[in-house]
Amino acid sequence: MFDDFNLIQNLINALQWGSFYALIALGYTMVYGVLVLINFAHGDVFMVGAYIAFFVASFVLSVLGLPGWAAFIITIPATMILTSMVGVSLERIAYRPLRRKGAHRLYVVITALMCGLILEHANLAIFGASRKAFPPLIEEHVYHLGGVTFTNLKIIVICAAIMSFLTLQWIVTKTKVGMAMRAISYDKFAVPLMGIPIDQIIVTTFILGSGFAGLAGVLFAMSYPILEPYMGALIGWKAFIAAVVGGIGDIRGAFLGGFLLGAVEILVVAFFPSSYRDLIAFSVLLVILSLKPTGLFGIAKTTKI
Amino acid sequence: MLRKYSVQLILIALGGIITYIAYQELVSLYILTVLMFMGVNIILSSSLNLVNGYMGEFSCGHAGFMCVGAYVSSVLGVLLFTKDKIFGAPLLNPDLAVYLFPVIIIIGGIAAALFGLLVALPSYKTRGDYLAIITLAANYIIISLIQNMDIIGGSRGFMGMKKVISNMEDVVYLPWMVIWVFVFTVGSIWILRRYVSSVFGKGVSAICQDEVAAEIMSVNTNKIKTITFMLSSGLAGIAGGLFAYIVGYVNPGSFNILKSTEALVMVYLGGMASLSGSVLSAILFTILLELLRPLQIIKWVVIPLILIVLMQFRPEGIMGNRELSDIFPKLKRFYRFK
Repeated sequence: MFDDFNLIQNLINALQWGSFYALIALGYTMVYGVLVLINFAHGDVFMVGAYIAFFVASFVLSVLGLPGWAAFIITIPATMILTSMVGVSLERIAYRPLRRKGAHRLYVVITALMCGLILEHANLAIFGASRKAFPPLIEEHVYHLGGVTFTNLKIIVICAAIMSFLTLQWIVTKTKVGMAMRAISYDKFAVPLMGIPIDQIIVTTFILGSGFAGLAGVLFAMSYPILEPYMGALIGWKAFIAAVVGGIGDIRGAFLGGFLLGAVEILVVAFFPSSYRDLIAFSVLLVILSLKPTGLFGIAKTTKI
Repeated sequence: MLRKYSVQLILIALGGIITYIAYQELVSLYILTVLMFMGVNIILSSSLNLVNGYMGEFSCGHAGFMCVGAYVSSVLGVLLFTKDKIFGAPLLNPDLAVYLFPVIIIIGGIAAALFGLLVALPSYKTRGDYLAIITLAANYIIISLIQNMDIIGGSRGFMGMKKVISNMEDVVYLPWMVIWVFVFTVGSIWILRRYVSSVFGKGVSAICQDEVAAEIMSVNTNKIKTITFMLSSGLAGIAGGLFAYIVGYVNPGSFNILKSTEALVMVYLGGMASLSGSVLSAILFTILLELLRPLQIIKWVVIPLILIVLMQFRPEGIMGNRELSDIFPKLKRFYRFK
């Protein structure tokens, strides 16, 4: 078992696998940071993103008849825009009325959970339970480098995750919108008094979060080209774990947590039967949360009476 | 006098009628099964209400504890009372199943309560969203543990419980499952009712209001949280054991997050911190689930939609923090349920 174990090979696999978690966890953590809302529908937004990518790519390839690389260039922005529209409509239809009423946070969380279920099963009802095969967009090249094999797709995925992280980090720390986001998470009631359009900022947050979930959907569909309605659920929950392990509400935490979880899962598969993957991933979460309840980057809040 | 015993009399009469109907086979097996599921759902929703409603935490992994109870009691039953391919000859005389069946179900509940510690111990330090994730993780951990145990079938599932039931019916011919589901349902409601109106129950609602203030007021929050989580998961385990024997087949996949969501829907439909609400909504929900069965997969679009609409317009649920006797005060004259 240990003979074919190659640390660098596993590390590359872990980076790729962790990239998906990181991309989705970024969306969780953005929404949580601004609204203090666990957007449980986010994993299913990712699934919807993968399906949108499937339809866009098939449309571009077969109807317009463009070559694969052109389809790749068109699919990514189109999917990101369409997926962020899904995210924004979720916010407009389900979350905003509750927020206006000042409902308890718990009710919003339940609404989010239910929205996820609706997305899953509406998809199942409309497109059926048969799995969809994603069309290959770019030609896959396999490179060998000193016993380590990697494909151009893996490099694209890892680069995309890192670039998304840098973009988000820049938006949140350097721009005016980001400053407004941080302000809302600091004090929700004083911010509108300062003339900041709170609803616009929240919509922007959802656009960013869902857009990156859409990106993750495209890349996931390209790497593992089989789509099914339940694919978002488990990956979504695990990405959420990644966000919590990193300290939810912190972008660096989500990014690091994603790669950490990816590494744990890949290493587990390298040493144990693959059916132990979920067991160990969730046990790691349990241990981390018991030792450091606020996650790696989270700050403990003092509770006042 | 009548007021004191009215609930007991009604319950005895109800139990007698249901048993008689089942014994004479006046209704089809399908309706009987739906009735039994109703009992299981009542136990599930009211025990989840203890944590989510009375204690104000957000537990979304209730099905995991149900899974523990289901597996422990069904494996124990098959091991002790039937001849099985894997476990060999029965360890005890199969006729003893009649007497030991409730014991098996309760052992399943105790095992589930021990797994409740998985959630109770981290809850000393965490609460709110983080605790919600821990309950979810507990659900997944339990399912994948069982999926990796090949001796009890792994992800293929486990069966053979019907033989235990037929053993029981060989000794004395009675509809045993109906009787035991009824007894356990009434028993769980009674225990929960006693618990929330006891001193512990006051501590539980103090934790719900403000945990820090409760601790300052000399409420031993860790002790109360441990007991509450264990009681809630133990009752879920009992519900799971009954579920396993009703269906005659268990499979770790059927205790996933969807099952937990069902329990959540029932709690929030009925109203937080209201036992009568939980009972009512469990009954309504079971009927609704059966009525929507022809819709097949669209059922799972309709049910979340109902809950979303409910959250928008009546977030406190049907009963919302009140019991039946608070809504109809005149009822107090006729019954007392403690």
